[in-house]
Amino acid sequence: MTEEVLSAPHVMEFPYTRSTGPVVGAFLTGLRDQKVLGYKASDGRVVCPPPEFDAASNAPVDAAGLVEVGPEGVVTSWSWNPLPRNGNPFDRPFAWALVKLDGADSSMLHALDADRDSISTGMRVRVRWAEERVGFINDIACFEPA
Amino acid sequence: MSEPITGITTPIRMEYRYTPGTATSQFLRAMKEGRFEGRRCPSCSKVYFPPRGGCSMCGVEFAETVPLQNTGTVATYTVVNVNFANRTVDLPYIVAEVVFDGADVTTALLLKGVAPDEVRQGMRVEAKWIPEEEWDFSLTNISHVEPLDEPDAPFESYKDAI
Repeated sequence: MTEEVLSAPHVMEFPYTRSTGPVVGAFLTGLRDQKVLGYKASDGRVVCPPPEFDAASNAPVDAAGLVEVGPEGVVTSWSWNPLPRNGNPFDRPFAWALVKLDGADSSMLHALDADRDSISTGMRVRVRWAEERVGFINDIACFEPA
Repeated sequence: MSEPITGITTPIRMEYRYTPGTATSQFLRAMKEGRFEGRRCPSCSKVYFPPRGGCSMCGVEFAETVPLQNTGTVATYTVVNVNFANRTVDLPYIVAEVVFDGADVTTALLLKGVAPDEVRQGMRVEAKWIPEEEWDFSLTNISHVEPLDEPDAPFESYKDAI
């Protein structure tokens, strides 16, 4: 009864496949082709990543009307991740940042590859593209100081 | 390169370290050595196999370890006809809730060697082990149960297990 309890790895994995729909599909297609696309909303704001419905008018977004933004932008907020986990963009400490790309009025979340001491709200950054792009958010490898 | 993206794969993966507790650890150690071990409740005397830490009916901790036989009785069963992902056994197949001799609760195991329209409650069965060199800390050391050439057990002998 006093013997040590056993323990073993236990992995659970669900390989979901999702259809992207016209807007997210166009956004991801853009990333694959090294373009970041946003949506010019009915109130004049440019939203990136693009939503599927216009927040002001509730109308479905027409993917044909997406506009290119970036590839540079400004950090609007950030958070240091000292303990990266499996599936994170880096296996070393890094920052998550909200980046407002040039031409956009909203921010998108992604990893920022920069020394912790060099990061500040308002710093200029640019997209670092992944070498192999497949149409996924990780086609942006991360942001880096511009 | 020019085809638009219409779908993505987004695997959800969770990596756990599973610790089964003292009772199940002891059970799995016995399995590794090719033995069935249950535990008896000091209050109601029921023998749980696989064992737990305590009796779910009496709420008391088990103390006594009980060796069990490789043979048992089909208390109830289900015939699986429906396909599903990662299935490893040909359809249709039978999952039997087996009360092993000396135990008072059932264990769900694959039942082979009998046609789905001939399986019945009370059938006497025997556990079939995988080759000894493949034994692990796992109930999968039992590949399945097979019918014994014995008369069916009376309903009274397993009615409390269902």
